[in-house]
Amino acid sequence: MLTGHQTWVFANTPVIIATGTVGGPFEANGNIANDFDLLHEDMWLKQDSFEKAQQALMEEACQMAIKKSKIEKEQVEFFISGDLINQITPSSFAAKTIGIPYLGIFNACATSMESLALSAMIINAKGANYILSGTSSHNAAAEKQYRYPTEYGGQKPPTAQWTVTGAGCALLAQHGQGPVVTSATIGKIVDMEMTDPFNMGGAMAPAAVNTIETHLKERNIDPSYYDYIITGDLGHIGREVSLDLLQKRGVTIHEDQYVDCGLTIYREGQPVLAGASGPACSAIVTYGHFLNLMKKGEIKRILVVATGALHSPLSIQQNDPIPCIAHAVSIEAGSDVS
Amino acid sequence: MADKTKKNTPPDAQEYQAFQQEREVKRPILKNCVKAFLVGGIICFIGQIISTFYIYYFHFTEQTAGNPTVATLIFITMLFTGFGFYDRIGQFAGAGSAVPVTGFGNAVISAAIEHRTEGFILGVGTNMLKLAGPVIVYGVFSAFVIALIKTILIQWGGL
Repeated sequence: MLTGHQTWVFANTPVIIATGTVGGPFEANGNIANDFDLLHEDMWLKQDSFEKAQQALMEEACQMAIKKSKIEKEQVEFFISGDLINQITPSSFAAKTIGIPYLGIFNACATSMESLALSAMIINAKGANYILSGTSSHNAAAEKQYRYPTEYGGQKPPTAQWTVTGAGCALLAQHGQGPVVTSATIGKIVDMEMTDPFNMGGAMAPAAVNTIETHLKERNIDPSYYDYIITGDLGHIGREVSLDLLQKRGVTIHEDQYVDCGLTIYREGQPVLAGASGPACSAIVTYGHFLNLMKKGEIKRILVVATGALHSPLSIQQNDPIPCIAHAVSIEAGSDVS
Repeated sequence: MADKTKKNTPPDAQEYQAFQQEREVKRPILKNCVKAFLVGGIICFIGQIISTFYIYYFHFTEQTAGNPTVATLIFITMLFTGFGFYDRIGQFAGAGSAVPVTGFGNAVISAAIEHRTEGFILGVGTNMLKLAGPVIVYGVFSAFVIALIKTILIQWGGL
């Protein structure tokens, strides 16, 4: 149900009955490796290209989510997914393998919550019984497309971020056991004319602030309603900037309550500069780490704000600024949680 | 970017950019310069050893030892790039490993490796010089301009 201009409140509470999370070698070495279902030692996943490896990650995440639920693949009506690679081929090719009717979407790193919000909306409106919603990213495939060859020895500034290799998937249902999706706020594009593609956090912070502010206002709740407000991939710089910006606008969020997936996934000392990024970052940290915490009963309510920078290598070369977006989805522990 | 674009930037974006810049972690320029100086120096020192080696053992002269030295350095770079070390050296050293000929080699080799998956012609062939290409284009062009200036000065300047 529409609340305000940008927020949906899901009265029929779609349930996340299962999730599938897959990571690469860097994630296996990280802070929350135990939260993932499957980890790979090989960046290539025995495929011929990084793009194919990303497709394989997506397929595995979907299969894992279906396997962990008690339903059959044939019962899933739709698959909603997207990623960073040109024309979202890893998602589309994975959809071919999985064979579920498919909607391809793109909102860069905000794709994770975009797909979850859309899936929840369809389920809430009884447009489907089961929807698989996911996203993937691959460090080397993203570097190749957006930056330089992986083995090129260019020096990155301290504001640069590390794209996560992985895929995360959530299986949503009308009924069942698990955390429920309670609301979603669809963000609008915020463009502060930032032009540095090596400072995504700084570019995306205002979009995150805008969406958080709107969400709280339209739902008429206080930030303390949530145990955690989780941003997707703002990194060190984006987190600090957005926290200060929220403060400036009169939204008081406690420092411990405001966490970033990009700062959660890796250990201190891994060479990731300002933190992690990529659509899979918010997907696997939310579906793996934070939903596990919720299942254990340690947290009850979270707001996940996935942020995306909607530029392309071409737009950067043509000196266009980087437009940014953020989508927020609130997830709460289901009533039947043990 | 600052001055040229700021004129057309809306005030809220200007305000945000200043706000953001206060919190942005800057490149540690002095530290990077020192690291670049040391690593660049080490690479050149290794080059000097190789050059001396060719002069002493293979009867090259100081003028002719340049080519085999560059070839040897690029060969070593190829191994380092292929085994995945060079990008780590690059992140540490910055200009120190980018400016010497090894940096040029790395730019060509890394692009060639990266685009192997698109085939030898359209992948490797097309993309191999995508990073090093501008260096060649503008290197040749500026050499031409300098030669032209020199010729003009000698012919008409009476130098």
